[in-house]
Amino acid sequence: MSAPFLSPEDVGDIVAILDGSDYRELDIATTRFRLKVRRDEDGGGWSQEWQWAAQHAPVQTAGVAAPDTPEGLVAIRAPLPGTFYRAPAPGAAPFVELGSQAQPDTVVGIVETMKLMNPVHAGVSGEIVAFVAGNAEAIGHGAALIHIRPAPVSA
Amino acid sequence: MIRRLFIANRGEIALRVARTAQRLGMTAILGASQGDMASLPAMLADEVALVGPAPSAQSYLDVDAVIAAAIAARADAIHPGYGFLSENARFAKAAADAGISFVGPDISSLQAMGDKLMARAVGQAAGLPVVPGGEAATPEEALARARETGFPVLLKAVAGGGGKGMKRVEREEELIPMIAMAMAEAQASFGDPRVYVERFIASGRHVEVQVLGDGETAIHLGTRDCSIQRRFQKLVEEAPAPMLSDATRGGLERAAVALARSLHYKGAGTVEFLVDSRTGDFYFLEMNARIQVEHPVTEAITGVDLVEQQLLVAGGARLSLDQDAIRPRGHAIEVRINAEDPEADFRPSPGEVTRAAWPAGPGIRVDSHIASGGMIPPYYDSLMGKLIVWGEDRPAAVTRLARALDTLTIEGVATTAPIHRRIAADPRFVAGGVDTRFLEGL
Repeated sequence: MSAPFLSPEDVGDIVAILDGSDYRELDIATTRFRLKVRRDEDGGGWSQEWQWAAQHAPVQTAGVAAPDTPEGLVAIRAPLPGTFYRAPAPGAAPFVELGSQAQPDTVVGIVETMKLMNPVHAGVSGEIVAFVAGNAEAIGHGAALIHIRPAPVSA
Repeated sequence: MIRRLFIANRGEIALRVARTAQRLGMTAILGASQGDMASLPAMLADEVALVGPAPSAQSYLDVDAVIAAAIAARADAIHPGYGFLSENARFAKAAADAGISFVGPDISSLQAMGDKLMARAVGQAAGLPVVPGGEAATPEEALARARETGFPVLLKAVAGGGGKGMKRVEREEELIPMIAMAMAEAQASFGDPRVYVERFIASGRHVEVQVLGDGETAIHLGTRDCSIQRRFQKLVEEAPAPMLSDATRGGLERAAVALARSLHYKGAGTVEFLVDSRTGDFYFLEMNARIQVEHPVTEAITGVDLVEQQLLVAGGARLSLDQDAIRPRGHAIEVRINAEDPEADFRPSPGEVTRAAWPAGPGIRVDSHIASGGMIPPYYDSLMGKLIVWGEDRPAAVTRLARALDTLTIEGVATTAPIHRRIAADPRFVAGGVDTRFLEGL
């Protein structure tokens, strides 16, 4: 069995005890967790706030430590963290290939976040010169996905 | 008797299953992806086994990877939670082949509820009413069906889900072009062009019945109402379903038990119905052969731990409860707190939760894996916690819900809490018995 910790029932009991007292806040810190139980300012409901000591090392996402964007190129970045896909469905043709010409509103890939498919737009006109993130790769927010060589701006 | 339980899931349900397993003296082994190794369920489980990289296709949805991890962990049972592989017959069979008990019904029950037409046929065979309609293999057949049921009708994909491929047809002359479109969409979305025609129920409520079975006998634990939905995703659930006549309620409960008995159903299941709010007539939709997200509202009014019942039956025990032992008391409501921004069309909002102060106190239960400093990874669905309130009656539960939502503070990510505050204050919700169009008018 895992080391004992306060169950939801225990928290209910603590609130019941506090509710019958003049105390409006309890703040317990142990090596494993910190729990704050407090009553709302206006004497309303109770809340519980937990913090866990060993929790939440940052989620490892590949592709975040991508190299700097080379001179003369622009990085198309992930609008959300998630999984990058180069094609609309497994086995389907990729949205763009190396050498493709893109317009600002061209969809160059999708990022799946929480089961929703979010299209990634090129944002600039130009030629696709490199895929920084691989297909089906986990990527962080703002990670570089694709490098594009912007088309010269015509006057 | 289960000793080492492998939990093939994540998030709040993994934590909830682990708690009951540990209370029953089992060793709770969490099968976690790389993205969840630092999560609260991983911290509070007795053991953690890595099932694969963060994206769920390579971890929680990978039958071979999960079974291999369960074998390596010397598990004698697997609890699949909900979603992921929970209703996957191939997964249940792979577990059985590895000598590991699947905490769920027999493979035959999973297969019987496999697609919508099969579920419809099995329901009809058990004597349950279904929405008038049927399969339409050709446009001509569809027209004949529609004439029988009367317009407007709904066209649905046999293999469908989540509202995709569903079309409402008002008049006879619209049917032929719409059916071609519906078949093409069904083919594109599900690889199966079959569609069927159903009468459109203008004012429908989503009411479901919780059942428990042990293969020999089955009982029900009353109704739940899940009519408040957004894009066919439930947002608010309550038990019992309010504003139903005794005849409708009794009919729903008897029908659910009849279906469970006809399947020799094992474990916990939910029989879903569409109730016509104008007439009280009800129609069988489908059966979910697993624990449901909204199961705590039933636990709150019956005092039965549904996960405990699942584990006992999976361990080979007969049901220790009979129908007379189920005496529901009071009223319970659950709201889903999702990491989504209701102000931006419910756009997902993953990231670090800098502060999470959940409500606490009598009549309040919170099922959540997110504490202050918790991470919501972008790879999975957006559910970050469920707030469940109980009251002596529905008005007391609604009052407690509104007050609890006032004390809820989540910082760092956008959540659905604001929309729940509006729902709790809406006179139609306070009165009770709203239909599935409720959110459109909010």
